[in-house]
Amino acid sequence: MKIVIVGCGRVGSSVAEAYDRSGHQVLVIDSATAAFDRLPSSFGGTAIRGDGTDEDVLKRAGAEGADVFLALTEGDNRNVMAAQLAAEELGIERVIAKINDPLRAKAYAELGIATLCRTGLMVDAVDHYLGFPTSGLPGMLAPTGHHGAHHETGARPATNAAGVLSGVGAAPSTANPVPNAGPTSSQEA
Amino acid sequence: MFVLVVGGGKVGYYLAKELVESGHEVALMEKDHTRAAHIADEIGSIVIPHDGCEGKYLGEAGCNRADVVAAVTGDDEDNLVICQMAKHHFDVPRTIARVNNPKNEALFRHLGVDELISPTRMILGSIEQDIPVHELLHLAALGEGELELIEAHLQAGSPAIGRAPKDLSIPEGCSLFAVIRDGIATPLRPDTMMLEGDKVIAIGKQECQAMLHDQLIGDPEAIGADAG
Repeated sequence: MKIVIVGCGRVGSSVAEAYDRSGHQVLVIDSATAAFDRLPSSFGGTAIRGDGTDEDVLKRAGAEGADVFLALTEGDNRNVMAAQLAAEELGIERVIAKINDPLRAKAYAELGIATLCRTGLMVDAVDHYLGFPTSGLPGMLAPTGHHGAHHETGARPATNAAGVLSGVGAAPSTANPVPNAGPTSSQEA
Repeated sequence: MFVLVVGGGKVGYYLAKELVESGHEVALMEKDHTRAAHIADEIGSIVIPHDGCEGKYLGEAGCNRADVVAAVTGDDEDNLVICQMAKHHFDVPRTIARVNNPKNEALFRHLGVDELISPTRMILGSIEQDIPVHELLHLAALGEGELELIEAHLQAGSPAIGRAPKDLSIPEGCSLFAVIRDGIATPLRPDTMMLEGDKVIAIGKQECQAMLHDQLIGDPEAIGADAG
């Protein structure tokens, strides 16, 4: 598979290395060349310096036609924007954005992007280790809607932050996301 | 009207100040505490010293009862997220984003931001009004952002010169409605002959622009060749 990874930090470089080793075609993009030092010398994929939230950069780097797009920079919003560019402008079907703010992670899953929330994952890991019940924070969420579907969430403003967060309690089953389950019609535009 | 301004840079600061002076209810979010305190000293306790990108703080700032959210930080990705969260999560009726990279305009629009302000585009437009270019000039976005108000400056080589709108195949959903000639604007009728130097004002969907470009501007390469 062709896999594009934006952000070559600890997570990005580890994922890049693993997928490269298992034979996938890997393309890593980071705005700092120094970030690529994290990749092993055996890395056989492509590493390109550039801003992953810039459509021109993504196209020039050859991100079009990718099967999977992972936005794993340190910035939640950069990940959101890169992921939406990938889904909406490049038409990539399986897109995952790392979003550490639980509220944003849940909101963007509802807007059609698979999200990965380190906050929820870590809290749940700690809870699990200590034998406490899970937090209910989002961890890995599959997309449940698309960005045109906001009117379906009309009742949303009445729900406070705590209510929204506890509402995701049913999420752990999404550890194995099904990105294809989300409607793709909006991606054809 | 309750306006939530996110980003306390120069734009956010003056925007909040003007809004307060004209009697609106305003909340300004600025994540830099020093900057936030400084602004609060000047225009009062309307400043929330938190990151407006974070859902929790947007909620605490009263985003769900805001009539307008204006995202005016210096970072496009932040402005996009603020508007999307406001629109989709808090059901804010009107979202306005500052866009620095003009190439992001289409994406922002597509993703549901109601209004875009692009300083780069505006300055670019201003410069382009004074130098010969063979492009359509975007004057404003209208309605839900799907319609564009466009100006086409007819220069030598334009296929529209010497013809009237009825002779052109104007794309559906697009209308040529006025012409500026010698500084005077007049309605453009189906049989009005268009002349070199005319500025034709059109309104239409973004998708129509390629066709409009062909009809009104023509092929810039060919124009260059003619001139040379």
